[in-house]
Amino acid sequence: MDNNNMVKKVMACIDASPYAEATCDYAVWAAGKLAAPMSVVHVLGKQSNAVTDLSGSIGLGAQEALLQQLAEADEKRARLALQRGRLILDAAKARAEEAGISQVDERLRHGELVSTLLELEQETRLLVLGKRGFSSADAHGHIGLHVEGVIRSLHKPILLTQQQYTEPKSIMLAYDGSDTALKGLQMLADSPLGKGLPCHLVMAGADVDATREQMKTAAMILEKTGFDTTTAIVAGEPEDVLNRYQQEHGIELMVMGAYGHSRIRQFIVGSTTTAMISKARCTLLILR
Amino acid sequence: MPLFIPSDSGFIMMHSIRQQWLSNIKGDTLSAIVVALALIPEAIAFSIIAGVDPKVGLYASFCIAVVTAFAGGRPAMISAATGAMALLMVVLVREHGLQYLLAATLLTGVIQIFFGLIKLGALMRFVSRSVVTGFVNALAILIFMAQLPELTDVSWHVYAMTVAGLAIIYLFPLLTHAIPSPLVCIVVLTVLATWLGLDIRTVADMGELPDSLPVFLWPELPLNLETLAIIFPTALALAVVGLLESLMTATIVDDLTDSTSDRNRECIGQGVANIGSGLLGGMAGCAMIGQSVINVKSGGRTRLSTLLAGVFLLIMVVFLSDYVGLIPMAALVAVMIMVSIGTFSWSSIRDLKKHPKSSSIVMIATVAVVVATHNLAYGVLVGVLLSALFFANKIGQILYIESTLSEDGHRRDYRVIGQVFFTSSEQFIEAFDLKEAVEIVHIDLSRAHFWDITAISSLDKVVIKFRREGTEVQLTGLNEASATLVDKFAVHNRPDAVEKLMGH
Repeated sequence: MDNNNMVKKVMACIDASPYAEATCDYAVWAAGKLAAPMSVVHVLGKQSNAVTDLSGSIGLGAQEALLQQLAEADEKRARLALQRGRLILDAAKARAEEAGISQVDERLRHGELVSTLLELEQETRLLVLGKRGFSSADAHGHIGLHVEGVIRSLHKPILLTQQQYTEPKSIMLAYDGSDTALKGLQMLADSPLGKGLPCHLVMAGADVDATREQMKTAAMILEKTGFDTTTAIVAGEPEDVLNRYQQEHGIELMVMGAYGHSRIRQFIVGSTTTAMISKARCTLLILR
Repeated sequence: MPLFIPSDSGFIMMHSIRQQWLSNIKGDTLSAIVVALALIPEAIAFSIIAGVDPKVGLYASFCIAVVTAFAGGRPAMISAATGAMALLMVVLVREHGLQYLLAATLLTGVIQIFFGLIKLGALMRFVSRSVVTGFVNALAILIFMAQLPELTDVSWHVYAMTVAGLAIIYLFPLLTHAIPSPLVCIVVLTVLATWLGLDIRTVADMGELPDSLPVFLWPELPLNLETLAIIFPTALALAVVGLLESLMTATIVDDLTDSTSDRNRECIGQGVANIGSGLLGGMAGCAMIGQSVINVKSGGRTRLSTLLAGVFLLIMVVFLSDYVGLIPMAALVAVMIMVSIGTFSWSSIRDLKKHPKSSSIVMIATVAVVVATHNLAYGVLVGVLLSALFFANKIGQILYIESTLSEDGHRRDYRVIGQVFFTSSEQFIEAFDLKEAVEIVHIDLSRAHFWDITAISSLDKVVIKFRREGTEVQLTGLNEASATLVDKFAVHNRPDAVEKLMGH
């Protein structure tokens, strides 16, 4: 298959967490907006399970016997996981088809989440992912175990969903005037995803001439492509003031760039992106 | 080749650290204790094989286990002082002494790192299944044979102790799987021997035990070509055998844990570990099949198990050295017999009848050469050569030449189908009837493959012979046939290209 001609899909990552339904619904929404086919993806992870025998003795054919034993234990667990994965995907597919998406395919893969998504990257247009997965669903205020890894490794837009689906009626673009942010702005302006929705262009920073000038240029780009744009400059730490702005205005979808700074800087001062994601109360569209 | 996870992302690295080190802490800790307990008698026994003090093997095992935990390419694999390596050092130690062994260990590490850097790990694909089985069996036999000196010319007490030890090792697991049975064997026999005051050999009789943590030391040798000439042959053999056994062990652990390992990183890791071992007064070592199986069986899965096995080993040896010295050799012999039985691939004996004769011959030849030479490298070399010969012979049989005579009897058409190379070239020449007097011979080669110069020269021979008889020779399809002569094909797994190459 030629990669360039491949139809790019909206990939919905589904697992057994409470996020699965919302993730599916957001993928349906995005697939509808983008007029793209949809894939529901479930990754069967590997757990090293314990056949523990501390006797420390190895007898006749120890290696073959151990291999048999381990394979049997893995087989039972893997078969269950396979069945469960199939059920999860079938349910998600049915839900998507009910919502009117005609082209839905199922991807059941073995491996690690991050590497599996990287393998599928070529055919991905947008990745839809719950903010937390099955393994950390109850850890409120934190981001899922694999989510940061996915965002850092994948070079595709990612829709990071909350536990409940609410159809986006307005969007907010977190803007800081950087190159990354400008690229993100351009992507949003060119994409059919947010078309027709009122857009809030918000910057965290000092309300001075320079920033106002940046905002004006940015707003013009959006308005030129038909967005009804409101601008605002709010003072304070981005992760606090931007999330507060989102809640005050009841915005359903926030758009932001990710990990624009060097890793060394992130290591020392921490990453704004990670802080934003953990504190966000709405669905996030993350642009790389 | 970076020693640590190649990744430009700090996060991914943290993620793999969690995965490769901390994902199975309880299982790894328990298995590390079991492995450390089993490593102590082995390290002592292998030091004795090599002819050095037990502390040389014990320091080596500590250092190699700890270094490969970080630098090795295979989580959960146990590397330490091994019998295969010990057997290669015997002559060097006997004729030149410990300092030369330490220098050879350093050089082994350097050679292994070099092999890793030029990615020799990939050569493992030439080592067939039968050679691996032969290697493993030979190793088991060598470990067993190395125990025989402890069992000859001794009092009946030693035999009784050894049998009792084996009985404990194999019967104790019927009672519980919670305590390592080799440990029970060693404790019971040590207590018994001390209590009865038996006059049998103990570990303390075999040489010096470690009484302190290892210290850094540089071999006290003149740095000159003469030294190099003494240590190089041993170091090269050590490097090759160490990598062979390590890569084979890695394959076995890969199978057991259903995961993959990085071969070239393993080569470098083994090299770094041996350099470390040499600098701490230890002998060269490599991965251990038996111990790695014990580790996986006891629940070890990550690098943490390897690291802790080394650390526990050192702690136990240094703080318990007074007691370790009391262990009767008979107990160690029992443990080593268990290791050799566990290492031996018994199914390979059963499969001798089932498997093709050629692979059985390869396996047995590998074992025979190793047992005769005490050098696993020679065994593998013979095994690989034999496999290659058998393979060439099999492929050489895929050659078919048909011919038709034209109606007027003036012209014969030959069609060559199949593989022409050194083993089948005689068959190729014989297929042409040079005595038949015809005006024109036409040879269609478009479905043949000429793999080497021998094939081309036999075609030349045929053409010249026909011409001498006054026959005109026409060749078609020579270009297609000789496309395979080029050393590198641009096939790249494209089905149409492979089909064209193999069957047209």
